[in-house]
Amino acid sequence: MKGTLTVLNIKVLGAGCANCKRLEAETRAALDGAGIPYDLVKVTEYADIMAYGVMSTPALVINEKVVSSGRIPARSQIVKLANETESA
Amino acid sequence: MASQTHLQPTVPGTRRDFVWVALAAVVWLIAFNSLQAVADFITYRLLGLEPSNPLGSALNFFIYDVPKILLLLSGMVFLITLLRTFITPEQTRRWLGGKREGVGNLLAAGVGIVTPFCSCSAVPLFIGFVEAGLPMGVTFSYLVAAPLINEVALVMLFGMFGWQVAGLYLLSGMTIAILAGILIGRFGMERYIEPFVYQIKVGNKGQRVEDRMTWHERFEQAVVSTREIVGKVWLYVVLGIAIGAAIHGFVPDDFLAEALGKDSFWAVPAAVLMGVPLYSNAAGVIPVVSVLLDKGVALGTVLAFMMAVVGLSLPEIIILRRVMKPRLIAIFVGVVATGIILTGYLFNIIL
Repeated sequence: MKGTLTVLNIKVLGAGCANCKRLEAETRAALDGAGIPYDLVKVTEYADIMAYGVMSTPALVINEKVVSSGRIPARSQIVKLANETESA
Repeated sequence: MASQTHLQPTVPGTRRDFVWVALAAVVWLIAFNSLQAVADFITYRLLGLEPSNPLGSALNFFIYDVPKILLLLSGMVFLITLLRTFITPEQTRRWLGGKREGVGNLLAAGVGIVTPFCSCSAVPLFIGFVEAGLPMGVTFSYLVAAPLINEVALVMLFGMFGWQVAGLYLLSGMTIAILAGILIGRFGMERYIEPFVYQIKVGNKGQRVEDRMTWHERFEQAVVSTREIVGKVWLYVVLGIAIGAAIHGFVPDDFLAEALGKDSFWAVPAAVLMGVPLYSNAAGVIPVVSVLLDKGVALGTVLAFMMAVVGLSLPEIIILRRVMKPRLIAIFVGVVATGIILTGYLFNIIL
């Protein structure tokens, strides 16, 4: 992931239920609002989801780190998680 | 920098959170205890309706019940979602691993109560449990208990009909989940699981950085989840109560008692047959439950109906079809439905 450090790599894990769509929408809204550049991919295949060891969807992955699962974090928390992952 | 802020919990912020929650609790209690007075004031004083007037009685019931149920719902969902920030399915899996049959089924059913899954999580959860080598029966006890014993339904039954009815619901739900799990475990159903389940490898790609939520984050999460859940169900609650109020005011008290009372043998299976395809969240079904009980339908029949609605649902079955072959789905639904019917009869006989 060298060279793309400034752009966050976001993955939304979930088979595509209403909650997964909401997580995607909330994440976009939160990061757009904070002016953080990102690249968002949806992961819908169970095999790919399970590879992250996630058993409850929707889950949020930032720069290949699972930061939340089974819930939709508040927007402020999404921004905080993004900043933490970026500086880590 | 990020790690530093983690090491120093923001104490003042946390204290402020607790103060807010305590304040909200006080407001909640005051509001909850003045509901009847407010409803009486509006219907009988402000609108000048007589309590004997069917319209007045229906309106009073509606004005009293809507805020009551919404308050109960918000308060309890907040507490439960707060509790849920402490329990994850990943922990559950670790917890249930290596437990004996019986003990494992009991624990699985218990965990199922507090950690219900969103129906879209059923598949990853199932794969995760199977992968961890949990016995089929234990996995099924969890799969049965999670939707069947709905914590919202439990709390609302408690609030509206007292601890006896809530306790009956809890105990019978647990019993069904444990016995159904043990039974399905004995059938040797492994070959009716879709083979791809066994090929999926549960990885630990992207080691988790979660599980270290501060109290502030937990409260925030609980508020967000509560707003979301209540936002999703409030309309059903209002509609359900409106229907209930209409029946309460206008339909004679024992209208349903004869057709669906204690002595009606076919009432329980009919209630379950009707309940399975009906899909409603627990909040939507409770007002209906309240009306049925009010109008003389036997308690066992009502509980059976409610369990069938919340415990077995078409969307869940369709999703589980991804991992289970039709034969296993049929056995799963059959065993749970039979358990619910037997429970209904049992309560109708002993009460």
